[in-house]
Amino acid sequence: MSILVVEELGKTYSGFQAVRNVSFALEAGEMLALIGPNGAGKSTCFNMIDGQLAPTTGRIAIFGKSTAGMTPGDIWRLGVGRTFQVAATFASMTVAENVQMALISHHAARWLTLRWAARRHVAEAEHLLDLVGMADQGQRSCGELAYGDLKRLELAIALANDPKLLLMDEPAAGMAPRERHAVMDLTARIARQRGIGVLFTEHDMDVVFGHADRVLVLNRGTLIAEGAPHAVRANAEVQAVYLGAGSLYRTHT
Amino acid sequence: MSFYFVQFVTGLASASSLFLVASGLSIIFGVTRVVNFAHGAFYMLGAYIGYTLIDRLGAGVGFWPAIGLSAFAVAAIGTLIEMLLLRRIYDAPELFQLLATFAVALVVEDLALLIWGPSDLLGPRAPGFKGAIDLLGQPFPTYDLLLIALAPLVLALIWLIFRRTTWGVLVRAATQDREMVAALGVNQKWLFTSVFALGVFLAGLGGALELPRQAANHTMDLQVITEALVVVVIGGLGSVPGTFLAAIIVSELNAFGILVFPKISIVLVFLVMAIVLIVRPWGLLGRAEAAARTASGAIISRWRPFGAPGRIAAALAVAFAALLPIAAGNYFVGVATEVLIFMLYAASLHFLLAGGGLASFGHAAYFGLGSYGAAIALKSFGLGMETAIVAGIVLGLVGALVFGWFCVRLSGVYFAMLTLAFAQIAWSIAYQWTDVTGGDNGIIGVWPSAWAASPARFYWLTLALSAGSIALLRAITFSPFGYALRALRDSTLRAETIGIERRRVQWMGFVIAGGFAALAGALYAFLKGSVFPDNISISLSIDGLVMVLLGGVGTVSGGVVGAAIYRSLSIWVISHTDYSRLVLGALIIVLVVMFPKGLVGAFEAWRSARTGARLQGQSP
Repeated sequence: MSILVVEELGKTYSGFQAVRNVSFALEAGEMLALIGPNGAGKSTCFNMIDGQLAPTTGRIAIFGKSTAGMTPGDIWRLGVGRTFQVAATFASMTVAENVQMALISHHAARWLTLRWAARRHVAEAEHLLDLVGMADQGQRSCGELAYGDLKRLELAIALANDPKLLLMDEPAAGMAPRERHAVMDLTARIARQRGIGVLFTEHDMDVVFGHADRVLVLNRGTLIAEGAPHAVRANAEVQAVYLGAGSLYRTHT
Repeated sequence: MSFYFVQFVTGLASASSLFLVASGLSIIFGVTRVVNFAHGAFYMLGAYIGYTLIDRLGAGVGFWPAIGLSAFAVAAIGTLIEMLLLRRIYDAPELFQLLATFAVALVVEDLALLIWGPSDLLGPRAPGFKGAIDLLGQPFPTYDLLLIALAPLVLALIWLIFRRTTWGVLVRAATQDREMVAALGVNQKWLFTSVFALGVFLAGLGGALELPRQAANHTMDLQVITEALVVVVIGGLGSVPGTFLAAIIVSELNAFGILVFPKISIVLVFLVMAIVLIVRPWGLLGRAEAAARTASGAIISRWRPFGAPGRIAAALAVAFAALLPIAAGNYFVGVATEVLIFMLYAASLHFLLAGGGLASFGHAAYFGLGSYGAAIALKSFGLGMETAIVAGIVLGLVGALVFGWFCVRLSGVYFAMLTLAFAQIAWSIAYQWTDVTGGDNGIIGVWPSAWAASPARFYWLTLALSAGSIALLRAITFSPFGYALRALRDSTLRAETIGIERRRVQWMGFVIAGGFAALAGALYAFLKGSVFPDNISISLSIDGLVMVLLGGVGTVSGGVVGAAIYRSLSIWVISHTDYSRLVLGALIIVLVVMFPKGLVGAFEAWRSARTGARLQGQSP
C-alpha cells in the first residue's frame, strides 16, 4: 500500500486555480521530488498535504486514512514529519531541547506539569542529533546556529516523530553545495533504512536529479510530467517550462 | 418618541469627539503598531490648553482660533514625545511602547494638576452656537449639531489625504505591511513621526471641541482612552471608516443603554466589543492582520531554570524575607505583604505573557474575581478565611475558564483587547450588581481568621503562599506543559506541526495564570479588609503589564523582580510626594530608555557579556 495517495487534488483561491487535478502516490522508502517554477503550486500542494490548507477538491490519504478535516497536529500524530522552507524552530530553547520538545509531543507527555522537561528523552534526543551530524551542538542556543544547521535540526525534529512519511519543503535551500548533498544523502540513507517515504520540493536541480528516485513536475497548478529523473530531464515539455520561464536551471545531459 | 430621537441625536454628537480621538489612535496603531496609551492624556491636554487659550484670546473672536491652536500645540507636544522617547524603543519587544506611553500619561496627568489645579474648568459656549433649537418639541443645543456635522467632514478629509497624497498612500501601505514599506526605502522615521503627530492632533482637537459641552477635568483621559480603545477595536484597527461607524455604535449604546438596560449600562459596550471580537476578530471594517515576518524582531534569549546558585539565592531571599517582622514595624510589614501579593500577581501574568506570548490586558479580572470570591464567601456565606481563599481561587479559575475559552481563539492585539473587554465586563458587574458586590461601596470587614490576624502572621502566610506559588509557576514553566506553551510562543507554526494543540494548551495556560492571580486577589482582600471594584480596574491590569515589562518579558524572573521594584517604589513615592504619578512616570520613562529589555533582561545581558569576555580572555 502506498503511504501517501493524492487524488485529483485542487485548490482555488477566490477564482484562481492554484492547483488543479493533481494525483500521485508515494511508496515506502522512496524519495519523491516535486518540482516546478515559482508559483507552480508546490507550496500549496505541500500545505494541503500537511493540513495547513483545506483542499477545494480531491482527496489525500496518508497510510490509507483520509486526512480531510485534519489539522497539522492530527497529521503529525499519524506519524508524519515536516520541515519548512524557512526553518521554524524554538528560539528560546537549546538545540537539544528543540528535539526533546518534539519527543515530548511524540510520546504524548505535553500535558505534564510537575516534571522537568529538560530531563525527558535526553538519550533519544542525543541519538537523533548524532544522526543528523549535530552531536556536539546540543547545548547551543538555537538562535546562534548557522542556517544549514537549522535545517539539520529541523530534520532531527521531524525524525523525533518516528515518521513513516517525511514532507520536506526545500530541505537544502540556503546551504552550501557540498552541504546540500550531504544532507540529501543523509535523508536518503535514513529513508531507505527505516522505510520512510520522502516527498520534497527543491529548486536546485543538481539536488533533485542527484537524490530523487522519482520526479513530479508541476506547472501552473497541473502535473505535466512524472517519472524517473533521467526521463523527466529529457521531457520536452519540462525543458520548455524551465527555459520558457526564463529559469537559470539548465538541464545538461 | 421625540425624547428618544433627541437622545439619538445627542448620541451622534458624542460620537463626533469620540471619533476624533479614536481615529487618531487607530491611525497611530495602524502604522506604528503602538497602542498609544497616552492618547487620552493628549485629549485632556487639548481641553486644558483650549481653556487657557480661549481665556487669553477672549471668548468671542478668540474661540475658534484657540481651538485650532490648542490642537496644534498638543500635536507639537506629541511630536516631541515621539521623537525623544518612542523613536528610541520601536525596536524593543512588542508592548514595550505601551509601557512608555503609559508613563507619559502618568506624567501628563500630574502636570495638568500642577498647571491647571484640581477643580473642573468649564469652558465658554462657542460664539454663534450658544443657543438651542427646537427638535420635535425638545430643545437641542446648536453646538451639538455643529459637532454632528464635523465628524463626517473630518472623515472625508482624512479619506482625501489618504487617497490623494503620496503621504497618505504610504500610510495606508504601512498599515497593511510595515516591513515591505521599510524595505522599499521609505524614511520610516518621519513617516512614524508625522503619523503620530496627526493622531495626536486629532486627539487634541477632540478634547478642545468638548469644552463647551463638558468641563475639562482630570478623569477625562482615562474615560476617553477606554472608550476610544473599544471604538478602535470594534471598527477594526487601522480602519478610519470603521472607527467612524464604531464611534456611532458605541455612543448610541451609551445613550440608550442607560434608558433600556440601566442595570447593565456600563457592561453593554464591552459586551458588544466582546461579541464583535468573537464573531469578527479583526473588527467591523478591519482586515485580518498579516502574519509578522520576523519573530517580533527581538533576539530571544535562552530560558533555563535556576542552577544551584540561583536556588540558594532564592532560598536566602525567602529566609531573609521571613525575618522581616522581627526588625520592622507593622506599617512596614503591611507594605511588604502588599509587595509580596503583587509579586505573585505579576508572576502569574508573566507566566502567560512571557511564558506563553499571550499579552493579557485584563489580568486584573482574575485578581478581582479572587478578591470578590473570597469576600463574598466570607461575608455572605459565613465561611472561614481558609475556605474563602479557596473560594476566591475557584471563582478566578471559573472566570479564566470561561473568558479564556474565547480569548485563545484570537491572537496578538485582538487577544489583548478581548481580555480587556472581559475585564471591563467583570468590573461593570462588580460595580453595578450592588446586591451582591456592594457596588461602589464594596465589601468591607473582610478580615483574616484569628490565627493569622496580626500583621506579622498574615505576612508570613502571604510569604509562604506567594513564594510557594511562584516556585510552582516556575516549575510549570520548565515542565513539558510549560515548554509546549513556550514552543507556541517561539514558533506557532512549528509547535502546531509537532502536534501541540494551540488552543487547548493556551487555554490551560490562561486558566493557570488566572488561578494564581485569584489567589493574589484573595490575599489582597484580607490584607486590606475590603474589596472594591478597583480590584478589577484597568489600571490594575496595566500595573501588571508595567511590572512584567519593567522586569523584562524575555526573562524567566522578570515579573517577580519588576513587581518587587515597581510596587515598593510606587508605595514609597506615594507616601513621599503628592505628585507620585509625575515621579513614577518619569522614572518609568528613564528605565524604559535605559533598559529596553527590562531590568532582569539588562542584568542577564550584562552578565553574559562579562562571562563572554572572560571566556574570550581564556581562549588562546
